[in-house]
Amino acid sequence: MTIAGSLRVVEAGARVYRRTWRGSVISTFLNPTLYLLAMGIGLGELVDNGTGGTSLDIPYLTFLAPGLMAAAAMQTGAGDAAYPVMAGIKWRKTYEATLATPIGVPELLLGHLGWVAVRLIFVTTVFALIMTVFDATTLTEGMSAIAPAVLTGLAFAATVTAYTARLKNELGIASMFRFAIIPMFLFSGTFFPIEQLPNYIEPLAFITPLWHGVELCRGLALGQDFTVHPLVSVAYLVLLVVAGAWLAIRTLRGRLIS
Amino acid sequence: MAGNPDAAGTVDLVSSTLAARAVPAPVLAGGGAVRMLERNYLVYRRIWPVIISGFFEPIFYLFSIGIGIGALVGDVTIANGELVDYTAFVAPALLAASAMNGAVFESTFNIFFKLKYGKVYDAILSTPMKTRDIAIGEIAWSLGRGLIYASAFILVMAAMGLIESPWGILALPATLLIGFAFAACGMAATTFMNSWQDFDLVNLIVLPLFLFSATFYPLSVYPDIFQTLTQLSPLYHGVQLIRSFTLGTLSIDLFGHIAFLVAMGGVGSYITSRRLEKLLLS
Amino acid sequence: MPAIVQGARVVCSGARLNPDEDELPNNLHPGTSVNGSMSSSLVEARGLTKYFDELVAVDGIDFDVAEGEAFGFLGPNGAGKSSTMRMIGAVSPVTAGTLAVLGMDPAVDGPKIRARLGVVPQEDNLDQELSVYENLLIYGRYFGLSKNVIDERAAELLQFAQLEDRRDSPVEPLSGGMKRRLTIARGLINQPDLLLLDEPTTGLDPQARHLLWDRLYRLKQQGVTLIITTHYMDEAEQLCDRLVIMDKGNIAAEGAPRDLIERYSTREVLELRFPVGTQAVNAARLDGIAKKTEVLPDRVLLYTDDADFAHTKVLEVGLIPESTVSRRSTLEDVFLRLTGRSLVD
Ligand SMILES: Nc1ncnc2c1ncn2[C@@H]1O[C@H](COP(=O)(O)OP(=O)(O)OP(=O)(O)O)[C@@H](O)[C@H]1O
Ligand SMILES: [Mg+2]
Repeated sequence: MTIAGSLRVVEAGARVYRRTWRGSVISTFLNPTLYLLAMGIGLGELVDNGTGGTSLDIPYLTFLAPGLMAAAAMQTGAGDAAYPVMAGIKWRKTYEATLATPIGVPELLLGHLGWVAVRLIFVTTVFALIMTVFDATTLTEGMSAIAPAVLTGLAFAATVTAYTARLKNELGIASMFRFAIIPMFLFSGTFFPIEQLPNYIEPLAFITPLWHGVELCRGLALGQDFTVHPLVSVAYLVLLVVAGAWLAIRTLRGRLIS
Repeated sequence: MAGNPDAAGTVDLVSSTLAARAVPAPVLAGGGAVRMLERNYLVYRRIWPVIISGFFEPIFYLFSIGIGIGALVGDVTIANGELVDYTAFVAPALLAASAMNGAVFESTFNIFFKLKYGKVYDAILSTPMKTRDIAIGEIAWSLGRGLIYASAFILVMAAMGLIESPWGILALPATLLIGFAFAACGMAATTFMNSWQDFDLVNLIVLPLFLFSATFYPLSVYPDIFQTLTQLSPLYHGVQLIRSFTLGTLSIDLFGHIAFLVAMGGVGSYITSRRLEKLLLS
Repeated sequence: MPAIVQGARVVCSGARLNPDEDELPNNLHPGTSVNGSMSSSLVEARGLTKYFDELVAVDGIDFDVAEGEAFGFLGPNGAGKSSTMRMIGAVSPVTAGTLAVLGMDPAVDGPKIRARLGVVPQEDNLDQELSVYENLLIYGRYFGLSKNVIDERAAELLQFAQLEDRRDSPVEPLSGGMKRRLTIARGLINQPDLLLLDEPTTGLDPQARHLLWDRLYRLKQQGVTLIITTHYMDEAEQLCDRLVIMDKGNIAAEGAPRDLIERYSTREVLELRFPVGTQAVNAARLDGIAKKTEVLPDRVLLYTDDADFAHTKVLEVGLIPESTVSRRSTLEDVFLRLTGRSLVD
C-alpha cells in the first residue's frame, strides 16, 4: 500500500467534483444559514420565551449551532459514503475500473475517506464561519470545533462505507438513513439536551457517535463543561473510523476481488 | 375512462390487433396507467418493508418535537389568539411536509433515476403504453403511497391526542391535494432536468419551503416582509389547511389555501402534459 | 408461404377486426399489402431525417420494407442505424421527412403501431427490479395480454431463451448473453407482425446465435417482417433478403446481399499480410495487379476475379507476404469499400 496510490484516488474524487461542485457548494452555505435562521432564531424565539417548564441556560441559537455543525458533518460523511459508494461498486463500476490498475483496495478505501475528509473540512469550516456570523460563538471557539466535527464525519463515512459495501441494492441505504441517521439527527442532543429523553432511551443516546460529536463541538465552541471526558469521545470516534475502515476494506476486498 | 376519445382509441386497438391474440377486450379498457400500477405492485410486493418503513420518518420527527422541543416551548399562541400545545401545532405541519417530500421525491429523483439508469420507461414505451399512462400511473402510485402514510400518521396523532377537532378527518384528503400539487410541479420540473446536478436545485427549493412555511412557529414570529413572502409558499397553504382541520380553526381562508393548491396542481399538470414527450422520447 | 406454418396464425388473424384494414383477408396473405389502398410496404420512409440538436444522425434517407421480408441496416458505428430503428419503433420523433409504419404515422398512431411491433433494442432495457418471468409478465401486460396467455407464451419463450431454470431469478445477476436472450424473448411476447432487432446477436454465444437465426427464419416463414441491424456480415448474408448500407446518416447502397457483392466487389479476394506497419508501403508496389487494392491496418486486400493468378503476380513482383489467404468476396468487402475504408480505387 502506498500513500501515493491513495492520493490518486483523492485526486479522482476531486476531478469528478470539479464537474458537480456547484450545487453542493451552494447547499454548503445555504443549509446552515437556513437552519440557523429557521430553528436558531425563529424557533429560538419560542424556546427562549417558552412556557414548557423545561428550559436551557443559554439562548437556543447558541445551544443549537454547534450541535447542527456536528450533524452537518454526520450528514456529509454518511451521504458521501452511501450512494457514491454504491455507484462505485455497482452502478458506474468505477471501483472495478480503479482496481484494474495498480491501486489496491486499501488505497481505494483510504483515498475515498481522504476525499470525504477534504469535503468535511470545507463543510465544517463554512459552518463555523456562518455560526460566527450569527453570533452563536466567537471565531476562535467556532474554529476549534472544526476538528471534532471532521472526526465525527469520518466516523460516519467509514462505518457507512463498510455498511454500503455489503448491500445488494440501494434499499438498504434508504433504511439506514431512516432508522439510523435521521433518528440520530433528531435524538442525539442536537435539538434538545438528551436528559429530556425518557430514562430508558437516554443511555441509547450515549452510544450514538453523533452525541459524542455534538458533545465535543458544543463543549469546544461554547467553552462548556463536557458530560463525559472529551478524550473518551475522541477515542470512541477514532475507534469507529479505524474499525469502519478495516471492515470496509475487508468487505470491498471480498466483493470486488473474487 | 370510457367516455374519453382516447380510451375509445384504445378499444379500437384492442379489436384491431390484440383481439387477434385472443385477449378479452375488457383487459385493455382499464387504460395503460393501471399497467404502471401493476408493474410497481410487482416490484414493491418484494420490498414492502421499505414502504412500511417510510412511515417512521415523520413519526420520528413528531416524537422528537413532542419530547424535546415541545417541552422547551410549551404552548404557542395561534392567529385567533388561542393557546395551543406546541406538539399539536407542529404535527399537522409535519404531515403536510411529509406529503410534500414524498411527492417531490417520487416525481423528481425517482422518475429521473428510472429514466436515466433503469431505462424502465424506454422498454415500456416500445409497447402500446403512452407517455401519459406512465405519468398518470406513477403519480397515482405515489399518491396512493402517500395516502397510506398519511392515514398512519393521522392515527398516531389521534392516539397522542393531537387532533382537537372532528374536522381532523379532512386532513386525509388535504394531504392528497398537497401530494397532487407537488407531484405535478415536481414532474413538470423533471421534464426540464438534464443531469443529477439539476436536482440540487430541488433541494434548494424544498428545504426553505420546509423551514419557512409556518411549519415550526406561527406566522407572527416572522418579520412583516417574510409574512407576505411566506404566503407564496405552497407548503404554507398545505400546512394551514391541515392545521385548521386538526385544530378545528376553520375560516374562510381555507378556500384560498385549497384554490392555491388546486391551481398549482393544474399548472404543473398542464406543463407536464405539454412536455412529457420531450422527457421520455428523444 | 407454406400453409402448414401459416395455420397457427390463421386462427389469430381470422379473429381480427381492424377498422383500418378494410379488407380482412389481407391478413391471410402476408405476401400482399396490409393496407390495400396504399402500398405493399410495411415501412415506408421518404427523406427521413433525425437531428439531435445540431447533430445530424439520419440525413434524409429513403427506403421501403415490404411485408414478410427480412430487411437489414448495416453501417459503421454512429451511422444512424439505431436512430432509424427507434423512429420506426415510434419512440423517437421524426425531425423531417415522412415515415409510415404499418400504414400509420408514428407521430399520430404510436401506440397502435407499437401494439404490433416486437422490439429488441441495442442496449438491454430489462426491468432490473423484476425477475426473469416477471419481465415477460409485465411486458405482456403492457400489451394488454391476459395472464393466462402470457403464462403460456412465457413458458415457451423461456425455453427458447434457455432460461427456464432462471425463471425466478432477478435479472441483474444474469450474464450478458442471458440478458440479451431475455430481451429477445420479451420482444416476442406479443407475437408481433414486425420485429425490430437492433444488433440482436451481440454478446450471444454461437449456439444461442444459431437458435435465434432459426427462430427468426421460422417467424419469417410465418409472415413476420424483420428489420435487423448487425455488425456481423455473415448474419446479414444469412438473414436478410435485402439490406442497405448506411454511412454518416446516408444510405450508401441498397440491394440483396448477393447483388451487392456482385455490384461492388469482385468474385475473389486475395488477402496479404505484411510485417507490422508495412502494409501501405508494400501495397504501393502491387499497383495494377488487381482491379482494386485496399489497405487495411493489418493487411492488404486485392480484389480480383482470379485470386490464384493475382498471387502469382505478387510473387513475381518479389514480395513475400507473411501470410496469404485467397477467398470468395463477402459482404464485408462491400461494407469496407462503401463505408470509406478503401484507399486505392
Ligand atoms: N439520444 C441521443 N442524443 C444525442 N445524440 C444521439 C442520440 N442517439 C444517437 N445519437 C447520435 O446519433 C448518431 C447516430 O447514432 P446511432 O446510435 O443511430 O448509430 P448506430 O448506427 O446505431 O451506431 P452503432 O453501430 O454504434 O450502434 C451518433 O453520432 C450518436 O452520437
Ligand atoms: Mg446502434
